[in-house]
Amino acid sequence: MKKFFYSKKIAPYVFICPFVITVLLFWIVPVCNGVLLSFQDVLKNKWVGFDNYSRLLTDKIFIKALWNSFKYMTGTLILLIPFPMLFATMLNSRWIKKTEFFKSVYFIPALTSVVVAGTIFRLMFGESATSLFNQVLGMLGVSPVKWLKGAGTSFFALLLLACWRWTGVNILYFLAGLQSIPGDLYEAASIDGASGWQQFIKISVPLVKPTTVYVLTISIYAGLSMFLESNMLFKGNNSPNNIGLTIVGYLYRQGVEKRALGYACAVGLILLLVVMIVNLIQLKVTGTFEEGRD
Amino acid sequence: MKKRVLGALACAAMAVILAAGCSTKGSSGEAGSKGASAGKKSMEVAGSDVTTINVWTFIELHQDFYVNMAEKWNEAHPDKKVKLVLSNMPYDDMHNKLSLALESGEGAPDVVDIELGKFPAFMVGNIGLMELNDVIDPYRDNIVKSRLGIYSKDGKEYGLPTHVGTTVAFYNEKLLKDAGINYQDIKTWDQFKEAGVKYHEATGKYFSCVETSASWMVNLMLAQKGGDYVDEKGNLNLNSKELTEVLEYIKGMQETGAFATVPGGQPDNEEAYPSYNTGEYAVQIMPFWQTSRFVNYMKDLKKQVAISTVPVWNENDKEVATIGGGGTGTAIVKSGKNAKLAAEVMAYIKLSEDSNREVWNVLGFDPVNTAVWTDKSLTQNPDNQFIQYFTNYPFDTLLKTKDSIGLLRAYTDEKYPSINNELCTVTLNSIFEDGKDVKEVLDSSQETLKNEFKK
Repeated sequence: MKKFFYSKKIAPYVFICPFVITVLLFWIVPVCNGVLLSFQDVLKNKWVGFDNYSRLLTDKIFIKALWNSFKYMTGTLILLIPFPMLFATMLNSRWIKKTEFFKSVYFIPALTSVVVAGTIFRLMFGESATSLFNQVLGMLGVSPVKWLKGAGTSFFALLLLACWRWTGVNILYFLAGLQSIPGDLYEAASIDGASGWQQFIKISVPLVKPTTVYVLTISIYAGLSMFLESNMLFKGNNSPNNIGLTIVGYLYRQGVEKRALGYACAVGLILLLVVMIVNLIQLKVTGTFEEGRD
Repeated sequence: MKKRVLGALACAAMAVILAAGCSTKGSSGEAGSKGASAGKKSMEVAGSDVTTINVWTFIELHQDFYVNMAEKWNEAHPDKKVKLVLSNMPYDDMHNKLSLALESGEGAPDVVDIELGKFPAFMVGNIGLMELNDVIDPYRDNIVKSRLGIYSKDGKEYGLPTHVGTTVAFYNEKLLKDAGINYQDIKTWDQFKEAGVKYHEATGKYFSCVETSASWMVNLMLAQKGGDYVDEKGNLNLNSKELTEVLEYIKGMQETGAFATVPGGQPDNEEAYPSYNTGEYAVQIMPFWQTSRFVNYMKDLKKQVAISTVPVWNENDKEVATIGGGGTGTAIVKSGKNAKLAAEVMAYIKLSEDSNREVWNVLGFDPVNTAVWTDKSLTQNPDNQFIQYFTNYPFDTLLKTKDSIGLLRAYTDEKYPSINNELCTVTLNSIFEDGKDVKEVLDSSQETLKNEFKK
């Protein structure tokens, strides 16, 4: 017995065992089950072959959901990577005093529940003249806007919510990356006469690349699988003209609201596929695989 | 050095995660127990020969109502005493749980409240609910027929209605009078539109709203025209002549400037209540249960609003005058051990005259048993908060429509939940918010839905 536990060959397997079992039980099995279900009509309990998938291809609402998710992902990538990186650099520099204060202020939104935040944002973006944003517009002499009924304005609201909530978290990631860059690099650069901006572009950006790749990867996934924000902002899964419908929202609508579980599984698998393809392309482009080989 | 810092950090992180884990566990446990005490309710019944009946609801108000009525039942039937054990759950949870229970054949209650929009979903395949024609028979003569119809399939009735939801017109009498309009002169939709234009010219405010997130008025106008969302054979019929006409007519109203979309997209919405309360909009075409929203959320309009019959296309006898909107059907699970007794008790609780008095007194709904509609001690009771609120007696209006309350065929169709969803998210928004062409939008919606039901 003792031999068994002290064996150098077996011990590693024992250690990773809980993880492997968890993955098998709660990930691989459901995924396989999902694949099987996607070929069935669950309510009628019969196999339908590729019917669910062929229906998906002609489903305008699904295409719309896919497009919405993509748009949202792209928007968050454009806003939530460069700006947090810049802010993190500023917080890391000597120009800003009381950095602890700013760090916590940026981070507080991440501690708020999306449900609460989404509800407040919905009220702020209300369409009556008395809602917060319309009051601000009113002061500028602009007439009230129906924020959550137009595709553009509601997209703005969603992005604002995302930025408000995630900027602080991404700043933390980048701060960690920046702090691991040795200070002498900057010192040498400034002796050579490099400006602050040049130091940022030539030193900080290339050296935090591993962090950037990590943030990029999780942001792509988070953007494509967004559901709760839209669900709260539009007070339910049904937005006018489906402007707030995301892939996961559509999965929920089909699987839970309409009880078409088989069809919902097909939607879920497409999401998995899309996320994987996008991430693989991104990892390839950023050269992560090559680094792994070194 | 670095390693030690890292180790410390890891420890701190673990501690945080641990604490977070504990706290969520603690809070969810608390919420669970709280939920149970608030959501679950059990009657106290003396005696030994008592049958326990499990009831699921999604509106807590219904629990008290059921308990009150069950106590009356026990008084009147000492040989068939029942003890209700009630569980209240959120709307979606309850319906999802019920469908799982019926499909798996385990864990279903004896009695369950099912919302109208979800009802057709339980009429698919093997129906797990009990046929109620027999227990309804004693009350049948006084019950509004169409309200039994919406919970039925092939002539078999599966649900006991809660209210009629007669669609009526709520006119802000005071605002209209100031603009020189007498609401009693409005009999047809053309007159309604004219009055709107006149009102808008006089005040600069909106007369009534154009719906985008609900279809109370659209359904009404469609039924009055004899149209429907599905044809006789149950095929989708969204791009029908009737619906096109209705939506084009409403679009015409919108173009006058006197009618406009309302915040929230329909009168029964938290964003819309203030718009009416402040007089931005003067008229609502809504089911009768909107009375409770007026009394609770539009308090400034007390003694200003009159309830009247809805306009019609032209005043001939054949036209459906109004329809019922919304509703909850109480169903009995077929496999339940005490299904028969449960059906009898629930029929009494939902359909008898006694219970229907309470429906009005407590909830402010229009009772399905029309026998109580003529009881002046009830309908003109000066202590009743709903009677105090409105400028005329609500039941006077209801009595005028009593024999012509219709319904849409689509209400009982299993496709209705999806039709309604498409209508209230895409169709109406495209027409009234984005100003797209009615015919094109309807064709596209028909196409979308067809694709969904392609099997």
